[in-house]
Formats: sequence, structure tokens, C-alpha cells
Amino acid sequence: MNTTTYKGIGASPGIAIANAIVIHDEVFIPEAIQAKDKEASWERVQQAFTAAEQDIQTIYEHTKAKLGDKKAEIFEGHLMILDDPDLLEGIQASIEEDGYEAEYALHATAQQFISILSEMDDEILRERATDVKDITNRIMSHLRGVKHIDLSSLQEECIIVARDLTPSDTALLDVNYVKGFVTAMGSRTSHSAIMARSLEIPAIVGAGEAVMSIETGVTLIINTDQQEVIVQPDSSVLEEMTSKQQMFIQHKEQLAKLVNQPTISKDGSQVELAANIGKLEDIDRAISLGAEGIGLFRSEFLYMGKTSLPTEEEQYSSYRYALQKMGTKPVVIRTLDIGGDKELPYLSLPKEDNPFLGLRALRFCLVNQDLFRTQLRALLRASVHGNLKIMFPMIAVLEELLQAKQILAEEKQKLIDEDIAVNDHIEVGMMVEIPSVAVSADLFAPHVDFFSIGTNDLIQYTMAADRMNETLAYLYQPLHPSILRLVKMVIDAANKEGKWVGMCGEMAGDSLAAPLLLGIGLHEFSMSASSILSTKEQLMNLNKTEWTTHAEHAMTLAQSEQIVQYVQLHLTSNE
Amino acid sequence: MISQTFTIINPTGFHVRPTKTFVQLASSFPCKITLHCNGKKANGKSSLSMLTLGLTTNSEVLLETDGDQEQEALKALGEVLTSLHD
Repeated sequence: MNTTTYKGIGASPGIAIANAIVIHDEVFIPEAIQAKDKEASWERVQQAFTAAEQDIQTIYEHTKAKLGDKKAEIFEGHLMILDDPDLLEGIQASIEEDGYEAEYALHATAQQFISILSEMDDEILRERATDVKDITNRIMSHLRGVKHIDLSSLQEECIIVARDLTPSDTALLDVNYVKGFVTAMGSRTSHSAIMARSLEIPAIVGAGEAVMSIETGVTLIINTDQQEVIVQPDSSVLEEMTSKQQMFIQHKEQLAKLVNQPTISKDGSQVELAANIGKLEDIDRAISLGAEGIGLFRSEFLYMGKTSLPTEEEQYSSYRYALQKMGTKPVVIRTLDIGGDKELPYLSLPKEDNPFLGLRALRFCLVNQDLFRTQLRALLRASVHGNLKIMFPMIAVLEELLQAKQILAEEKQKLIDEDIAVNDHIEVGMMVEIPSVAVSADLFAPHVDFFSIGTNDLIQYTMAADRMNETLAYLYQPLHPSILRLVKMVIDAANKEGKWVGMCGEMAGDSLAAPLLLGIGLHEFSMSASSILSTKEQLMNLNKTEWTTHAEHAMTLAQSEQIVQYVQLHLTSNE
Repeated sequence: MISQTFTIINPTGFHVRPTKTFVQLASSFPCKITLHCNGKKANGKSSLSMLTLGLTTNSEVLLETDGDQEQEALKALGEVLTSLHD
């Protein structure tokens, strides 16, 4: 028995163990023969289109019922292709003018579109070539009277191996039998990968043409942790993977139960878990992973990767989209945070010797007020569509905050004068990233509705160490007593004024820092969506009062390393 | 025949759904509707043809309408191009 391993891209997490079913989709390439009867040929094409349309309607309804409207949209796209005048007219011309037989006319016409689309730079557009191929194969099957492979009628557990799975194949997969799939082609964003994630079955995509040599019937293991497919594993690997699989499934079931649960510690303290997002597409995922809000919406993405500034309309519609998606849940939008390591080439900013200590974020906006005012107007206009909170980054002194608030108030008044609706209850907060603010948070607290601690910058400025400098990497110490003490000062100052404090840095989702932050009294933890459920699970198993004591003790230890050990010790004894 | 240039602002580009909305509206007008982008042109009533333009965020598109209701079509379709969200 020979064990072989193929590496690919883990498109949907998990471990699957089952026998392989390999689908060899021999591609039918019709010959360029002349039609015996042009009229009959055209008639057959039309019938094949009608039959394909009925198929897709069925798949569309099926997908909608099983996976929801969003996933079913792919098939609306297919119906749109079936209805396309250029495709139909192209086929008709190929038959009537060039005299080709129906099969070749279909193949040649569709191929023109497929070849253009498959060479697109944009990956999503490239994926449309798969849609056209998928639908063309289906029409072709009807033309030829050949049955399409039916993945919905499998009778035993299996792992599907295929060159690529078409959207209609994946939509029909019966997850009671299909335990996972492996494809030779594809990427994390291909249809099959997206489908695998929604069906929650493990999948490896883009594993290379060699996987097509796997034989139907052999045992396969998909292990997405290692991004690999193991063919014919020996008994020890099989045993190890089986137990890993069970642990994975159990843990996933436990985590999934937490999605709609509030995060309440064992002794009854509730905190809010929110997501940091960098683009609009992240919102759906954040919601599905239990985000109770957006704790940091990085508005920079609207400005980056472009050739000019985004317009007010453009920004307005993006903010509105995010707010509407989140409904009543809070969305904290940070105003433009540019400079430092984030550049906007089209603004051609002068080079600075110390960009992290330079004209960045709010400082830049106060100097370039036109751009700032445009953003604030867009935010204010969008505010009526949800629960918006505006946050100013990189404040060092009170004057900056007051000036930013003044500009915001002016823009609000202008909109009101123009009879444009603005939400009257927008919370306005600021980031705490500079030690000057943390140590005098009590002086800032009366002027804001909330603070959000940006730990990456706060650590960098507190330690006076550039976080991009690898030699100084040891100075990036989230669990240093000075950082914990600064966090505590901010929270204490806010509590006195009845304001809330969030944290939107990596630290909030760190399993060693989170217990201490709970203990110190942080109200909102904002992190990458993928960390939310595990953080939620952790916090729900902790006793806040105990961790308040632990945090107090930790802050008396002189070195990070000692704090790390102390936390680890008490986390283990908690289990 | 009249024409005007528009910029695609949809942050995720111009994919199936925006194309569908565009094509549906384009098909409701009797005039000929053509889009030009990066030296390529496409029939505004065909989604496949439109997808081959490879429109993404910030693409500049010349929209051309020719025939009955060309004014109305240019105005309505221009709005679709610049306001769509995916």
C-alpha cells in the first residue's frame, strides 16, 4: 500500500475521511461538421436551451431552499446566460450563415466568451468562465441526449475528486454522503470553495492535475489544517486523523452554539464581541461568526488601491450598505487613518523621516479639511440607516479632538440647513493609541461617548519601538505591565464618566490577553471575525471577579514573560 | 447617437448582479446600447458581452446609445453604472 500526499488550498476547514469517487469529466469537443438541415439544427438548439433552463430552475429552487437566496444567485446568473441575446444570436448565425451543425455552433460560440473571460485579471470575472462552461455543458448534454453526472443520487459516503466542480454540481451535492471534496483547479474564492464553506464540508482546492490519478474507491483523508489530501493512509495515520476529526467536530459544534449567545462571564458580567472589518464583503462573515457589532470599520479601504479620492456619494453608499447590513447593531467607523505605513500614492504626500510620528490619521485630516469634511458628510448622511458611531484616530491632545468635533458639528448643521436627514444620536468617540491620551484619559472622557484602544500603535508608542523593525520585535509586548496599566487607566477614567471602552487591536482576540482585559473591565472586544467564537467561548468560561484579582497582580509583575506565565498558570487551573 | 463617460464605483467591481440589473434595464429600451472600455466594446443588452469588458471598480466606461429614446436610455443607464452595489 502506497500512501501519497497532495498539497492544495484548504478552502473549507475540517477533516474528512472516506472513499474517493473520482469524476473524470471527459470534455466533449464536437467536430466542425456542416448541418444536414439548418432549420432542424436551430430547432434542436432552442429545445436544448429550454431543457437546460428547466434544469437550472430546479437547481435554483433547490439551492434557495437549502442554502438561501444569496447562494442561489449564481443560478440567476446561469439563467441570465441562457437568456443572452449575443449567445443565442451567435449560435444562430453559426448555423444559418456558416452552416455548422448545432453542437459545433454551440461549442464555437460559447468558446469565444469562455476564452475571453478565463483570461481576465479579476478573479471573480474569471470565475464567470466556469459558469459559461457549466451552462454550455448542460446545453450540450441535452443536445446530445447524454445524461449529466448526478451528484445528488449518491448512495454511500465519499469524497469527490474532480478537476473542478461546477456551481450546479456543488449545489446538488448531498452532504449526507459527500464528506468532502478535492479539486485539481480552483482557489479560495472559486465557486466550489465558497460552496464548500456554506455546506460546511472540508475541501481542498487547487491540488493540481495529479489528483486526477487517484482511483475511485481508495481511502482519502482531507486535512485542511495541513492543507493536504492523504491517499491510502496507513492505520496509524488513519487512527490519528479519526480522533482529530472527532475533536474538531465536537469543538465546532460547541462553538456554533455560541453564535447568538451573549458573552457573559461565569459570574454574570457581559461584554460585547465585535468584528474589525476592512471591506464590505467581510460583513456577512462577521455576522455569521457571531459579531455583535462592527467595532472597527477601517474606512481606508475606500481610499486605497485607487487613483483618486473617493467621492462623497461613493463613501455614503458604502457606509449606508454597512449600516443597513448590521441593522440595529453598532458600527464604529473610523475616519481616514492614512500615513505611517499606509500611503495613498495619488495624494503624493511628502516623505517624512519618522512617518509614524508624522502627519498621519486625524492630524492629516485636520490639515486637509476638504477631504475630511467630505468623509464626515458621507458619514452623517449614512447615519440615518443604522447605528453609526464615529471614531477619530490618533489623537494626542484635547485640541485635536475638539477641533474634529467642531468640524463634525459644522457639517451636521450644513446638512440640516440643506434639509438632509441626519441621525441625532450618533456616538462620537476616539481611539486611544498615544500614551498622552491614556495617562490623561480622565481629561478626555467628558468630551467623548466612548474610547477604543488601538493596541498596535499604543504598544509601539509606549515602547518607542517601530513595529516594522524586526530587530525590535521583542519590544512588541502586549502583556507588559505598562500596557495593562495604561488600559486600566483608560477604563477607570471612562467608568467615572459612564462611558464605554472598546479595544480594536490584535490584543483583544489574544487568548492570553483577553482574560486580563475582562478582569480590568473592558466593555467591548473587537477582533478579526475568525477569532470571535473562540474568544467568546473562552470568556464565557472565566470568572470576571477572579480575573480582576489576577489582573491586579499581573500589573505588579515587572516583565511580560512573568505575566504570560502567570496567566497560563491560572488558565490551566481554570480548566 | 449620443455618448457619455462614466466611472464604475461599485467597490466590488461589476459582476453578475450589477450586470443583470444593467442588462434588464438596457433591454427595456428600443435603441442600440453599446459600452466601450479599454479598447473593447460590448452590447449593453447582453450580459456575456458585458462581462467580457472586465469592468472593475474605477473602470471608465463610454456608454453609447443610438436610436429611439437614446436620451432617456443614456441617463437611466448612466445612473445604474455609477450607483450599483453588489
